[in-house]
Amino acid sequence: MAGLGALASHPAGAATLPWLSPDLPDGTRAEAHLVKVANKSPLIQLSEHPPNLETPIQAFRSAITPNDQFFVRYHLAGIPEPKALEGWALELDGDAAEHPVRLTRQDLDDLPQSEVIAVCQCSGNRRGLVPAHVPGVEWGYGAMGCASWHGPKLRDVLARAGIRPEAVEIWFNGADYPILPVTPPFHKSLPMSKALADETIIATSMNGGPLPLLNGFPARLVVPGWTSTYWMKHLTHLTISKTPIDNFWMTKAYRVPAGMFPVAKPFPTQDNTATWPITDITVNSLVAAPIDGEQVDRSGVTVRGVAWDRGNGILRVDVSLDGGKTWRGAFLDRELSPYAFRTFSLDTGALPRGKVEIRARATSNTRETQPDVWKSNAAGYHYNVPQKLTVTVV
Amino acid sequence: MKYRAIFLLLTLCCVTLPVAAQDARLAAGSAKDVVETACGMCHSLSYIPMNSRFMTPDVWKAEVTKMRTAFGAPIDDDAANEIIAYLIANYGVSPK
Repeated sequence: MAGLGALASHPAGAATLPWLSPDLPDGTRAEAHLVKVANKSPLIQLSEHPPNLETPIQAFRSAITPNDQFFVRYHLAGIPEPKALEGWALELDGDAAEHPVRLTRQDLDDLPQSEVIAVCQCSGNRRGLVPAHVPGVEWGYGAMGCASWHGPKLRDVLARAGIRPEAVEIWFNGADYPILPVTPPFHKSLPMSKALADETIIATSMNGGPLPLLNGFPARLVVPGWTSTYWMKHLTHLTISKTPIDNFWMTKAYRVPAGMFPVAKPFPTQDNTATWPITDITVNSLVAAPIDGEQVDRSGVTVRGVAWDRGNGILRVDVSLDGGKTWRGAFLDRELSPYAFRTFSLDTGALPRGKVEIRARATSNTRETQPDVWKSNAAGYHYNVPQKLTVTVV
Repeated sequence: MKYRAIFLLLTLCCVTLPVAAQDARLAAGSAKDVVETACGMCHSLSYIPMNSRFMTPDVWKAEVTKMRTAFGAPIDDDAANEIIAYLIANYGVSPK
């Protein structure tokens, strides 16, 4: 589609990427391949239209994910052309707004600026790894990234339109669009508690540079602690509303069983007795070195990766070198933000020859920890059982 | 029937080119061209092999129904049945 530049087509007989998880569906492993799109390093392409591009696991050896390696996820194949975003403005209105207002990029820049370092993680990250596969984009480990996001607080932007006391949700949408006019456009909403929260901003820059087109240029919502279904890209419209939004993307998709996962700020206007909207990220960790299946020297290896949660911060990461029988506390680097990746490392020391099964398990400051058994849900969300990887010691 | 379905799709989407060029090589079969036209109108065909093989007939049927009812894919009943049969045969698993 528009704006992506030329995408490589899947080369005939392309080899499966050896470091893709063997837990993915066979069809995913055969289909996924590295692709270079404009302004990005090679990413794992799961689909071209809409673009769904995953960050290779090797990127998660540091707390900040570079813009050119940051994953891409769209629902709808209509991606705005850069030219269509020239003269971009953000419209605010709604039946609970004091008055409509149109804000330019300069207006956003003139508001007080905030910075938040936060993990942007797709709700379906690791869907492809769940034990009994479910339909969807079959993500491995890389539908996530952590960046330093910069821009005005959402509440300061909303104040420019004025919020009436009867407001219950902020609705929002972006410039990406469906191919068929009848397909529901991707519109989402936030409860007032999260929309007005200190941490929620409209990012106009990412890691000190402009947002890449495919990560939401020129402005995207940043909703730290919540999965990225709410992090609207190419943000064009905010509606301050007296009523809950009612559309496919809120009431049918992105739902989890009621009460299954911990929630800091409830979303009561979108709850029903059976399901709640997905909100808070679950505590998780990822070993990015060594790589599953790698050969390592018997003198030992440094196990390193990242841990993250929904904003309570990481208390500890434990690493097992014997398939989960015994655990050792890993070294945690400085916390950049409670919403950020926290890097961890553990020097194994000398290892016995043969197969060694490595696992990592993160625990948050609120004592939430990665479960041994996944809390199974129909859409394959929040898969956070400890990753298992096996290396061969030689 | 196949041609009627394709004609319907082209009529309804005359302003929109299919988004999926031959980005994924689908299995041969009598409904392959119907699948390419109907599914490829809105998304890459790679979604199909990516979601294989683990979907039972009921799950494939539900996916096609979702595309028609939730996303408004202009696929009539006959074309939908052809598509479902093709997906089950080439990308499905037996009922559990």
